[in-house]
Amino acid sequence: MHAQYSPGLHRYAFATAAATLLLLVAGGLVTSNDAGLSVPDWPLSYGSLFPPMVGGIVYEHSHRVIAAVVGLMTIGLVVWLGRTERRAWVRRLAYTALALVILQGVLGGLTVLFYLPRPVSIAHATMAQIFFTLVAALVLFTSRWWLTAAPLPTSEASRRAERFALWTALLILAQLILGAAYRHGWLGITPHLLGAGAVLIATSWTGRLVRRAAPAVAMVTRLRILLSSLVGTQILLGLGAWWAVVRNQQALQPLPEMIWLTVAHLACGALTLATATLQWLALRRVTTSWAVDRTGLHAAVYPPALQEGGRQ
Amino acid sequence: MKAHVLLILLSAILAFGSLGCGKKEEAPTTAPETPAAGKTVDPATAGTISGIVKFTGTPPPPVRLRMDADAACARLHPGPVTVREVETGANGGLARVVVYVKEGLEGYTFPPATEAIELDQEGCMYQPRVLAVRTGQPIEIVNSDDTTHNIHPIPKVNREWNRSQPPKGEKIVDSFARQEVAIPVKCNIHPWMQAYIAVIAHPYFQVTGEAGTFELKNLPPGTYTLEAWHEKLGTTTQQVTLGPNETKTVEFVFQGS
Repeated sequence: MHAQYSPGLHRYAFATAAATLLLLVAGGLVTSNDAGLSVPDWPLSYGSLFPPMVGGIVYEHSHRVIAAVVGLMTIGLVVWLGRTERRAWVRRLAYTALALVILQGVLGGLTVLFYLPRPVSIAHATMAQIFFTLVAALVLFTSRWWLTAAPLPTSEASRRAERFALWTALLILAQLILGAAYRHGWLGITPHLLGAGAVLIATSWTGRLVRRAAPAVAMVTRLRILLSSLVGTQILLGLGAWWAVVRNQQALQPLPEMIWLTVAHLACGALTLATATLQWLALRRVTTSWAVDRTGLHAAVYPPALQEGGRQ
Repeated sequence: MKAHVLLILLSAILAFGSLGCGKKEEAPTTAPETPAAGKTVDPATAGTISGIVKFTGTPPPPVRLRMDADAACARLHPGPVTVREVETGANGGLARVVVYVKEGLEGYTFPPATEAIELDQEGCMYQPRVLAVRTGQPIEIVNSDDTTHNIHPIPKVNREWNRSQPPKGEKIVDSFARQEVAIPVKCNIHPWMQAYIAVIAHPYFQVTGEAGTFELKNLPPGTYTLEAWHEKLGTTTQQVTLGPNETKTVEFVFQGS
């Protein structure tokens, strides 16, 4: 049996991804407002679900509430996919997302209880980006395009483009880790600046290869253009955030320009990683037999023995 | 179906298990750091080091604080609130400098300080901004405001803690066991709130007022390294040799940009 497109499921996955992006923004606001320890206890806030919403508590408690909503939405996604999804690997990815969101919640709690230890804070920031990317991938896997896209003939050029697309996504992940390490005071700015240069070169080069490998696949083209735009925006936002921080070094409290530029940089970073990952997946979907086999589609092209149909 | 039910169940157990982990064990307040029973100060030979801490140059302009994150704080200040990190007096004296004997008292023992020192939160600001206490000396933290504060000292060698205090809530009393000059204290609810607590193992220290002057009385004869610590300008030291019943005058100068 083959996977079928479910508009409701796809929209729900999209809503979960959108809520996760909102959660990332809320988390960024916590750090930028230096509010991570404004609520000294966890999992409750001041021993209750309704703490006094003043000052830094507004950011920290809102972050916790949105995190709870994302956690519940992820459980909903797992249940929905568990009941209806025929591709076992998609179900497994959903379970992984649930495990990640729980681990992420625990990491968030540890940051509070252990007064923001840098490795835990950096792990919390990185995990957030990975979780968002995973949910974004589930949006792609449940899309009509993924389920119906026609494969292209595999060539050396497509294999090369796909390899580069994967390495670009991994490079962006490494760059986000460097950014988190700078933000949490573990590393200076230099590695993150060098990383930005590397990401710019990698995305430009990969973009060329992808354009040649799949020139007529609208989804791949859209993701490629979106990725280039995001990388450009991200570099401008990063420079802006850095300028705001340097300009306000004497400030005795976080100022709006520092906060919003940094949070926008963080959110754009998450979108960049997700888009780079989706670009790789979309390319893989149309240019390699792996993706075709694993969608459980194209029975006419591939014999049923090669398909992973999941539950029958 | 079974697999995903199992995973959800496992995740729930993990999540609830983590709740049970509870808060990090707070290390008990250890006994203050005091040298093993040793010499005591003989008042018959003790002397005094006094002096002034000066600032030369142009002090940085006052920084305006934005308290609009908490209406209760903003209400308390009808006009703009500013902070001068470098506070100078009329004669160039520098305020809020901790002057203390850094070296030279090794081998002496001193009776513990038991009188509590108050750190108030008033107008969503710490009062005073710079505080000096003995190791083990109780610090009474008061919240005079109509809003919640959290008190979060960020020491390097002492035990870190973070506690909340409701509006006009009960006093929090704590102390620091090890010498540390100085521990930054923050309120993460109101990020503009900042204080510093200098913790010193002996009684020879003072925080300067606007005149910048200090006086360390009843010091036994000896050679001392005196340090002046300022929250923004850093530290500067001087060596002073004090004879029996002698009074020495010292001047510290911090250079502005």
